[in-house]
Amino acid sequence: MVISAETRARIDAAIAKYPKKRGALLPALHLVQEQTGWITPEAARELATIFDLHPIQVMEVVSFYNMFYDRPQGRHHVHVCTNLSCSLRGSRELLRQLEQHLGIEAGETTKDGRVTLGREECLGACAWAPVLRVDETYHENLDVDAAKRLVDGLE
Amino acid sequence: MQKVPFVTGYLTEHFGDDDYATLAGYRRRGGYEAARKALTEMSAEQIVELVKNAGLQGRGGAGFVTGLKWSFMPKGNDKPKYLVCNADESEPGSFKDRLLLERGPHQIIEGILIAAKATGAEKTFVYIRGEYAHPADVLERAIEECRAAGILGAQCLGSDLAHDVIVTRGAGAYICGEETGLLESLEGKKGQPRKKPPFPAQFGAFGMPTTVNNVETFSHAPHIVKNGAAWFRGFGTEKSPGATVFGVSGLVQRPGLYELPLGTRLDEIVFQHAGGPLPGRKVKGVIPGGMSMPILPVSQLDVPMASEFLRERKTLLGTGGVMVLDDTVCMVRVGCVITYFFRDESCGQCTQCREGTGWLNKIMQRIERGAGSLADLDILLDVAGKMEGQTICAFADAAAWPVQGLLRHFREDFEAHITHGKCPFPQSFEL
Repeated sequence: MVISAETRARIDAAIAKYPKKRGALLPALHLVQEQTGWITPEAARELATIFDLHPIQVMEVVSFYNMFYDRPQGRHHVHVCTNLSCSLRGSRELLRQLEQHLGIEAGETTKDGRVTLGREECLGACAWAPVLRVDETYHENLDVDAAKRLVDGLE
Repeated sequence: MQKVPFVTGYLTEHFGDDDYATLAGYRRRGGYEAARKALTEMSAEQIVELVKNAGLQGRGGAGFVTGLKWSFMPKGNDKPKYLVCNADESEPGSFKDRLLLERGPHQIIEGILIAAKATGAEKTFVYIRGEYAHPADVLERAIEECRAAGILGAQCLGSDLAHDVIVTRGAGAYICGEETGLLESLEGKKGQPRKKPPFPAQFGAFGMPTTVNNVETFSHAPHIVKNGAAWFRGFGTEKSPGATVFGVSGLVQRPGLYELPLGTRLDEIVFQHAGGPLPGRKVKGVIPGGMSMPILPVSQLDVPMASEFLRERKTLLGTGGVMVLDDTVCMVRVGCVITYFFRDESCGQCTQCREGTGWLNKIMQRIERGAGSLADLDILLDVAGKMEGQTICAFADAAAWPVQGLLRHFREDFEAHITHGKCPFPQSFEL
């Protein structure tokens, strides 16, 4: 079993909130990812069993949503918004500089497994552009140097 | 959230006070008195009539009359009925709901309680975009406070209404802001919109009668119950009553959030409230209501921000996300950013949209590279025209309209790329 007893208990608590079990599938995927970092094939099979689904029904949900991952990820996600308001305020340059700084392209993970860099569509922080998201935290009004320092500080 | 320039009205009056997001702070300022009145002194029909008379229109982009929507819910209790609060705010250029969630969570819950009484709903699902981890935490805390205080539960505020609120986090898909895409996602599926009819009031979340309203729409309800329909109609225009929170972003001096009456002129928002263009620059065009809404050139900003006036200029209010572009900006690059977004976010179930969004983006990029031809401009309009009104949901329209707007007002930018064989705007933002 890859899904821990603790995660399983939290999934069961989520299931209790919905009129139909499957309503808790997105919450369950978030919980599993919190534990394992990505949705492994084993985890997808176990979720399928919990939710009375076929594994492919779990995987088609995983592949539909940007925030669910079907392959290993870095310990941290650094996502730069490249939508219009952020692009107007230099987010493309910010992303390019971070790509050079980390030696990877958007969508890739550093060799040490520390950071997965990504581009993201609008984060809903347009007045504070450019914006990047480190895991679950927004960082706003960043210049290139501040962004590099932020990324260097990630464990 | 860092501080930005801010104009407040009735929705955001107390958003500068840190304790307003707590139950005690909200109650100190009269919070939950409107819900108490609605739950103990008013009938469901009276609430629906009040909100209808106020003329409140949905603030999530489509602008449907809220009281009318509530009246579509079937009467009687043979099936459970649900409310959904659409907190999937993901229209590029729109960021008001995030503020309403972080600073005014109890205002939303109070609006939900009023709507629950009006519709007979037993439960509300707040579907919040996955990236809004912090706003979701703030709202969850507020819900816990309400459960502990008996505001939510078996007898809300001591009345005979039973209601609970559940927060569900999305996972990064723009289409889940579309109400039936949202319902699919809430049920644990891919967020692919449903064919209508049946409409959500008949067959909504988990197959039950459901009303979906935006975060801001719920936030207005307590103020209408407290102050009345005539008071609400004292703001805004005859056809678009009330205020809204405009988000201004892009190349202006003071990007920020501005709560203003509907019907406030766009040039007043851009030049007075947001301070106009950066030093030495001139405004070139403004997207008035989130990225899906067609752009207006600087010569047409003397328009009241209400759909009945914007429609005359072939655009709409949308979510009130005002994006300002200045004279350094290449409109073909703007087209590349917009069409990339829609290509990326199309759910793929309708051919016109899945293929059309890809075509629009490919042609746009070809023109930006200097490899386009004049015939490409006709193809862009042809593809956009064939996407409009042809699909299950309005996403394809939202992808087509901005392209049509760019070509309507900035065709010379496109022609210049084609005749020069390259982008003629060296100062433009990087792509």
